[in-house]
Amino acid sequence: MSALIAIALTLVLAGAVAVVFTDDPKRQAVTLSVYGLLMGVLFVLLSAPDVAMSQIVIGTAIVPLMVMLTIRKIRGSGQ
Amino acid sequence: MSRTVRWCVLGVGLAGVAVVLGMAFGSMPDFGIDRHPYRDLAVAASVSHGTANVVSSVNFDQRGLDTLIEETILFGSVVAALALLRPSDEEHLHRPGGGRGPLEGTRAVGYLMLPLTLVVGIDVVLHGQVTPGGGFQGGIVLATGLHLLYVGGRYRSLERLRPIPLFEYTESAGVVVFAAVGLATLAGAGSFLANTLPYGTFGQLVSAGTVPLLNVAVGVAVGSGGVVLLAQFLQQLILVSTDEAERS
Repeated sequence: MSALIAIALTLVLAGAVAVVFTDDPKRQAVTLSVYGLLMGVLFVLLSAPDVAMSQIVIGTAIVPLMVMLTIRKIRGSGQ
Repeated sequence: MSRTVRWCVLGVGLAGVAVVLGMAFGSMPDFGIDRHPYRDLAVAASVSHGTANVVSSVNFDQRGLDTLIEETILFGSVVAALALLRPSDEEHLHRPGGGRGPLEGTRAVGYLMLPLTLVVGIDVVLHGQVTPGGGFQGGIVLATGLHLLYVGGRYRSLERLRPIPLFEYTESAGVVVFAAVGLATLAGAGSFLANTLPYGTFGQLVSAGTVPLLNVAVGVAVGSGGVVLLAQFLQQLILVSTDEAERS
């Protein structure tokens, strides 16, 4: 295992911890997005650029966006 | 079934899973080694079919049926989400007032990135057989990119450029085309989703036989599905209000 992969794995772990320990769901959408980006970097280093692309587009854009829209809808502040 | 029996059934199930997983992990190759039996077979098959991107070859040529099923699952999920998100009886649509638009800078970035993102999305779909990417990735890029219009402008302009009924049809059409290619190759070559088109020149845009065709079908289906799905979320947020929310 190369040093780069070890660093990326550590960052992914730190990102996951950050997501779990973010209390406010609105902020959690942002940390989830950062976590998705870190996963994407890890996938690139593991020679899986195809998976990295899916991960970055879905994990850092679509899922946090849906979470944000849902939270705004539920809290009724979107009107 | 009593509580104890349920725990016992769960325990037996978990033990079975643990044994099977343990056996699988035990015979797995170590992390980061250079011996990859599956890669050796997949790369050889991919090269013999003129596909430079091996992942696309696995997805659309060697294991095309898996991808068709995956696409159908995605289609079913979008339809289910649409059913859940449609306005219910207590909710009604209303037009939001003008309100203040986004900041000038946000609007400029939105309008600048919109064409760039759409071109990148189309490029990722079309070059799936040559470089990393393909219908799934490119389709999602296209669906997300279109919503830069919402970031940069108003909801009204997004609505005008994105007729939802049309995207509902193209989403279904993508799935149908994929299955139709499969049936056509079944009739022609006797095997479902067999790569029967000419393989073209390795590494060129026109190569890999049916792979680019299936990539475009998936790109259309995934892109349209993403647009329709995000449209429902935005509609719920912006246009739908319950009577209760109006009173408060």
